[in-house]
This record gives sequence, structure tokens and C-alpha cells, in this order.
Amino acid sequence: MVSEVQKNTSAILRVERLSMKFGGLIAINDLNFEAKRGAITALIGPNGAGKTTVFNCITGFYKPTEGMLTLTRQNGEEYLLERMADHVITKRAKVARTFQNIRLFSGLTVLENLLVAQHNPLMLSSGFTVLGLLGFPTYKKAAAEAIEKARYWLEKINLVSRADDPAGDLPYGAQRRLEIARAMCTGPELLCLDEPAAGLNARESAELNKLLLDIRADTGTSILLIEHDMSVVMEISDHVVVLEYGTKISDGTPETVKNDPKVIAAYLGVEDEEVVELIEKAEEAGVDDITAAVDLLSSEALHEIVETHPDAQPVELIPANTLLETAPAKAAATRKVSAKTAAPKPASPKAAAPKPESPKTAPKPESPKTTAPKPASPAKAAGIKAGATANALAEPRGGKADKLILIKGIGPVNERKLNEHGIFHFDQIAAWKKADIIAAEAYLAFDGRIAREDWIGQAKTLAKESQAKPAPKKTGGAK
Amino acid sequence: MADVQNTERDSVFAKALKEGIISGAIALGLFCLIVGFRTEQNIRNELILTQRWGLLAIFVLVAAVGRFLVTYTAPMRAERKKLHKVAEAREPSAFRKSFPKIGLGLLFLYPALVVLILSAYQGSMMGGLQASLKYVDNFGIQILIYVMLAWGLNIVVGLAGLLDLGYVAFYAVGAYSYALLSAHFGLSFWLLLPMAGIFAATWGIILGFPVLRLRGDYLAIVTLAFGEIIRLVLINWTAVTKGTFGISGIAKATLFGIPFTPGPTGFAAMFGLPNSGVYYKIFLYYLILCLALLTAWVTIRLRRMPVGRAWEALREDEIACRSLGINTTTTKLTAFATGAMFGGFAGSFFAARQGFVSPESFVFLESAIILAMVVLGGMGSLVGIAIAAAVMIGGTELLRELEFLKLIFGPDFTPELYRMLLFGLAMIVVMVWKPRGFAGSREPSAFLHERKMISGEFTKEGHG
Repeated sequence: MVSEVQKNTSAILRVERLSMKFGGLIAINDLNFEAKRGAITALIGPNGAGKTTVFNCITGFYKPTEGMLTLTRQNGEEYLLERMADHVITKRAKVARTFQNIRLFSGLTVLENLLVAQHNPLMLSSGFTVLGLLGFPTYKKAAAEAIEKARYWLEKINLVSRADDPAGDLPYGAQRRLEIARAMCTGPELLCLDEPAAGLNARESAELNKLLLDIRADTGTSILLIEHDMSVVMEISDHVVVLEYGTKISDGTPETVKNDPKVIAAYLGVEDEEVVELIEKAEEAGVDDITAAVDLLSSEALHEIVETHPDAQPVELIPANTLLETAPAKAAATRKVSAKTAAPKPASPKAAAPKPESPKTAPKPESPKTTAPKPASPAKAAGIKAGATANALAEPRGGKADKLILIKGIGPVNERKLNEHGIFHFDQIAAWKKADIIAAEAYLAFDGRIAREDWIGQAKTLAKESQAKPAPKKTGGAK
Repeated sequence: MADVQNTERDSVFAKALKEGIISGAIALGLFCLIVGFRTEQNIRNELILTQRWGLLAIFVLVAAVGRFLVTYTAPMRAERKKLHKVAEAREPSAFRKSFPKIGLGLLFLYPALVVLILSAYQGSMMGGLQASLKYVDNFGIQILIYVMLAWGLNIVVGLAGLLDLGYVAFYAVGAYSYALLSAHFGLSFWLLLPMAGIFAATWGIILGFPVLRLRGDYLAIVTLAFGEIIRLVLINWTAVTKGTFGISGIAKATLFGIPFTPGPTGFAAMFGLPNSGVYYKIFLYYLILCLALLTAWVTIRLRRMPVGRAWEALREDEIACRSLGINTTTTKLTAFATGAMFGGFAGSFFAARQGFVSPESFVFLESAIILAMVVLGGMGSLVGIAIAAAVMIGGTELLRELEFLKLIFGPDFTPELYRMLLFGLAMIVVMVWKPRGFAGSREPSAFLHERKMISGEFTKEGHG
């Protein structure tokens, strides 16, 4: 069977010009890709990239706005999935799926879950219930076979001993495996897994890898999976498709995708943006201690903050446009505000990065009590804002600023702040000296981050690139 | 250690005492004017104020003592609950395991037992037969009709999880099918019984199609409306249904062609028995018992069929069902149709038994009572539902028998009027103590090693 599979290398699923719009929102925009027969294809991308929407289109839960989804079965039959109802896709086109939030029949036993999955063949053998009700032997035989098939899969996922327990009583990892086994009981040729490793620990996710490889080896089933866990993606997938904002940004083997700068930018960029968004929300809500909110990095945290400070004065943490004094003094003053409620933590909007441990090289703004300005940069007040760095410009050269957010660590908010302080171009950052860094860090409220993230180095390379060619397009950047 | 427990017990006692006193005070405040005083008009239209301190004291005491007991036993109950909270339901006791068999045997022997006991009591066979009429008809048949209806509705609500508030409509369709077809075409009961079922199933599908997209509350409202539509059509289509007058003189059922009439060809004459109406009742009793058991048998068989599993899966998660290639449309329709079919059977039986049908018998209250039985019994459990039906219908019938209550509450007291009050109380009590109904656990339809009952905590009620 496996050899036959390998002979037939044509694509099992072809996605052509797939688009999905929800009202004005474009969830998928003109997506093309192929899933090879007998291969494991991974669909990755940041949150909200449209991966699950693609799945829902393939499995018929959504009707795509445009596009063609062609599934070719082993026997050569071709199905146009976008024209079929969801249950017909499973029944005839042999596509099975799992869900991001596990959808087991929690009140049925583990075994029953697997029997429900064999509904269609059993329905046939029971003569659409009539023969079965009258006790014809064909149904009895088919029922026994169905239980055997269920037992086979239970052995695979290591749950034979719990076959008679309610599915809702299983631990989380076992529920994930059971959902995969249930999908396999429909006898699929294409198995679509929506984040199968979500919520699993390292050992469980290694077991999952093995299970998926086993499934492919034993049954020849092609697998299409959405995954965030890179260990799963990189280890088992033969082919990776990367989505961002509904558009394909990369497509190839795990190795090529991993090193694709667009993919790196997409992942890091979005991560940064989420943080920045959070900060902006927090600022609106008048939160003093941003670090806590960022650490939690969830909307729940925000709700909590809003609830606990319902009537807090909207304190702008870093009122960049009113900066008139020297930067460090102002930063210290800002801290004083925050010190009222929270311990003076250095506000670091980068959640993923470790907390700045007050690096010795970078000068830290003074403790909240001292308001004395530190004689830092050679403060050029001049035309532009105070506290600006030495090479500040009144306006961008040629009226067009570089996209500073391309530098890892700079998000839209910081880009705006830098612009307000006369920094518009990569070469400006590249030319920063130590004093300039101190000044910039003061108004950005960063502690040593510029050095740690090597902004200057990044800026240098980017400056070189931008001279060579226009900067690559980055969606969702400065608006 | 013992000391700690003692102080704990003391603190619980003190707390319970305090809460009891507070509840008593609240009850006093609430009922002081409502219960404590009563105004009456005398002949001269004067208001007379009577004071009822004794009654008020009873009210206050009930509140205070009740609250005290609830608070005092709370820790113990919590502890017991903790012990109960296990994944699988407890292994049922030997009695509970054999209960269905014992119950079935009793049901088959019931008329004979009643006749025997009453004959011994009255001293004559004939007297016993006549006296048993009430018990066989009012208790036996009445309860079994509701058991059958509740088992039929159980397929729709308990298994498939589709909330149906208009089930009585199918009952009405079955009853009127039999009444009209037998009156106009003279067809026999045995031919019309399956036909009534088929008609009702057809109506089930007709109702099913428009409501397929609806779930939960919306489904309940539409089925409620459907029930009302059927009733209003029966009232207003006077040319056919004779409206509120109803159809009377409906042909009785026969035992394979032998009528239960007093004439020479009748049942009694044929078997050389003295003339009595009780034979027909006993025949009807066994007929409805068989029909109800047919419902149960089909339900049990269907649960082990793919379609039955699909119903239960549908109740648990509709989206997952669709992802497994189950056509939810036909699955829902079969549930509606099967449930309706049994409603239709029961309806035609009802018409044959009463000899008279009118729209009065098919009001919303009937639907509500049947649904209450399914919910009280434990969704999906046949035995639990049968018990609930027996308690609810038998209980209300029993109220008529409680003559001694008149001695307590005075000769004006008619306990039947408190039917709905007791109904409501029973519902609240059962839902508080057993939120999943009498039989809260579910029996799996297949097993690999051993059949374990599944606790109601895991099963879902469906989204409508």
C-alpha cells in the first residue's frame, strides 16, 4: 500500500485561488497550495492568519467566497469540495478533521465515540436501520467488525484500558489522541488536524509525532495540519505552507521555510504588535503598571485592569509630544507616577524577552525619588523635540521615512516616538553613539534593550539593503 | 483532634441556630399580615378582621426549623457529595439491576392481582371484577398511556436532544386519524393503529423540515406553536372535526375480530363468562402494555443501531457529528418521525379507549406534563421515565382517593385541585436533589470490557 502511495505522487488536495470574506473582512486572500499524497503538510502562521478558515473551507463548514478545492482520491475520483456539504465531504471525498477546541462526545464512552465515526458503513450494513432492527446477521457481523476496528485504533492511541469510560473523563492529551483516532475511524484519505499538539507537554507531543508518522506509514493517509508547536512542524512535516493575514508568504520544505526572512518577520512582527496593541489599550485604560499586563499578554488581563482601575485618570505613560525637559528627567517623573501603585518596574513592552535586569552598561534612569536630571546626552534642544539624539532631523529626507519597524524590537508605537524625536532613517540609528542610545532609551523607556537587541547592527544592514532596493513590504506596519 | 471536631460541630450548630432564627424572623415579617390576619365581609358588608396566630406560628416554625436543619446538615451533605463525585456512576444494587424485570412481571400480573385482592376483599369474584375497573382503567391504562407517550418523546428529547414542546400534536393526529377513518370508512382498529402511527410520523417530518435549522429556545417555540396550530385546526375545521363538540361513538378495538359487546357474538358470551365491561378494560390494559413495551423495545434496539448512536452524538455535539460524515438533517428527521410515530400509536389507542375525542384533550398542558416526565425520569432512561410517569399520573389519581384529607382540612377541601401545586413541588424537589432526574446515569450502547454506567455529569442535554 505504501509503495503504491509513493508511486502516485500527484497532489491529493489542490487549493486554487481560495478566498474567503466575512463581510468586509478578508480572511483568506487568493490562496494557492497543494498537499501531496502520502505527505504531511503543515499550515502555519501567526494567530488570526486564516489557517482554521482554510480548514473550514476544505471540510465544508464554510463555503468559500471564491476558489476551487480539488480533492483527488486514490482511485482517481475527483471531488470539488467547495460544492459539497460538510458531511458529504467526509462520506464521499474521505476527508476527516479534528477541532482546535476538542469536540468529543463527552457523554459517550471512548468506544462509542469510535463507533459513531463508523456511522456510514454501519448504516449501510444495518439496511438503514430496518434490517438491523429485525436482527439480520449482516448487521451483527458489521457491528462486531466495527468494534474490532475501534479496538485497533484504541491500541494505537494506547487507550484500550479506558474504552468503557466516558470520553469527557479522559485527560486532555488522551482526548486529543482520541479525537484523531475518531477521525481515522471514518477511513479518511486526507486527515486534517487543527492544532493537534496544543496543550500537550513535550513527551505527549513526541508521542503525537510518532502517532502521526505511524498513521501515514500504516494507512497511507495524507495529513494536513495546523500547528503552532514548531517541534511538531519541523520534525514531521514534509512540506510547510506559511500564512499571514490570509495570504501565503512562504511555501516549501521545513528547512527553507525556517530560514525565510518573511516568515521570521511575520512571526516576530506580529508578536511585537500584539504587545504594542496591548500597551496602547492599557494606556487608554490608565494603567500604571504595564509590565504586568504585558506579562499576562492576554485580553483577560486587560479586562481585569480596566475593572480594577475603573476611574483611573488616563495617565499617558510616556507623553512623548509634551516632552520639554531633558529626557531622563521626564522619564523619571513618569516613573514617579507609576510608583504610586506599583513597584518601579522597568516598563518593557517585549513580553517574550527576559526582563531587563538593569544591565550595567546601559544607564538606568534614576530611582523614582530622584528627580535630578542625569547629564546624559548632549541634549540638542534646537528645532526638534527635547531629549533628541545628536543626529536628529527636522523631517525625513525626501519626505519619506524608512520603515523603522523592520528593526526587530521596534513596533509602531516606538516608531512613532522615534519619528517625533527626529529619527526617520536606518542610517540615523546606525550612526548612534553611546550617548545617543542613552537619550533614546530615556524617551523610549527602555533599559539597555537597544544594545541587547543590536538595533544599530540591524539598522546598518537594513540601511545597506534599503540603498540597494526598496524595503520589503510589511503589512500591518506603521499606519 | 476530637476537640477540634467538637468546636467545629458547635460552630455549625451556632450558625444553624442563628440562621434558623433569622429565617423565622423573615417568615414572621412576610406572613404576619398575609397569613396572620384575614379579612372577611359579613352579611352587612362589614369587614371583619380575624386573627390566625396559630397558623402564623406554624408557618414561622416551618421556616425556622427548615432553615436550621438545612444549615446544620450542610457539612455532612457536602462530605457525602464529595464521596459520590466519581466518574462512573456507582454500581447499581441487585435490586436496581433486577428492577426492570420485577417491574415488568408486576405489570403483567397487575390486573389479575387487583381482581384477586378485591375479590377476596368483597367476597365474590364478580364484585372483585367490577371493583377492579377503577384500578385497571384509572391507574393502569392511564399511567401506561403516559408511559408510552413519555417514552416516545424520550427519543426526541432524551436521545436526540431536540426540545419538543408540541408533542401532544402527534398524539392528537393519531387520535383523530383513528376517530375519523373508523367513522367514515369503518376501518378496524388493527388496520388504523399502524396508519395512525404513519400519519403522525409524516407530520413529524413535516414539522421537522422547517425547524431543522433551529436550536434550543427557538426550536422549543416553534414546536410549541406547531402543537397549538394542530389544536386550533381541530377546533376550527368544524366540517371535518366537529370542532369543540368532538367526535363521539368511535368504534372500540376488537380482539382479533371478537368484539367486546354484550351480544351473543361478544367476548363474554363466547367464553361463557358473565357480562361485564371489565374485560374490555383488561384487554385495553394489555394492549397498551404491549404498545408501551414495543416502544421500549424499539428504543433499546435503536440505541444500539448506528442511527441511535447518531442521535446521542447529535445531542452531545452537532458539529462533530457533521465532521464524521453524519447527515444531521436526516438524523434529526428520523428522531422526530420515530417519536411522533409512537405518539400516533398512543393517540389511536386513546381514541379507541375513550370512544370520544375532542380538542380539549390535546392542550399544551399535556405536552408539558409529558416533557416533565422525561426530564424528571432522567433523559434517556426508560425505567426512570416510567417511574416518573407512574408517580405523576398515579399520584394525581391517588389525590382523589385521599378522603381522610377532608377530615383535616374540612369538608370543602378537594385535593385534586392541588394537583398542579404538588406537581410543581415535586419538580422542584427532584430537580434540586437529582438534577439529572431519577436515573441520572446513562447506559452505554456498546462496551469492550464491561458495561459501566456513565454518570450524568458527562452527558449533555443537547442544544435543542
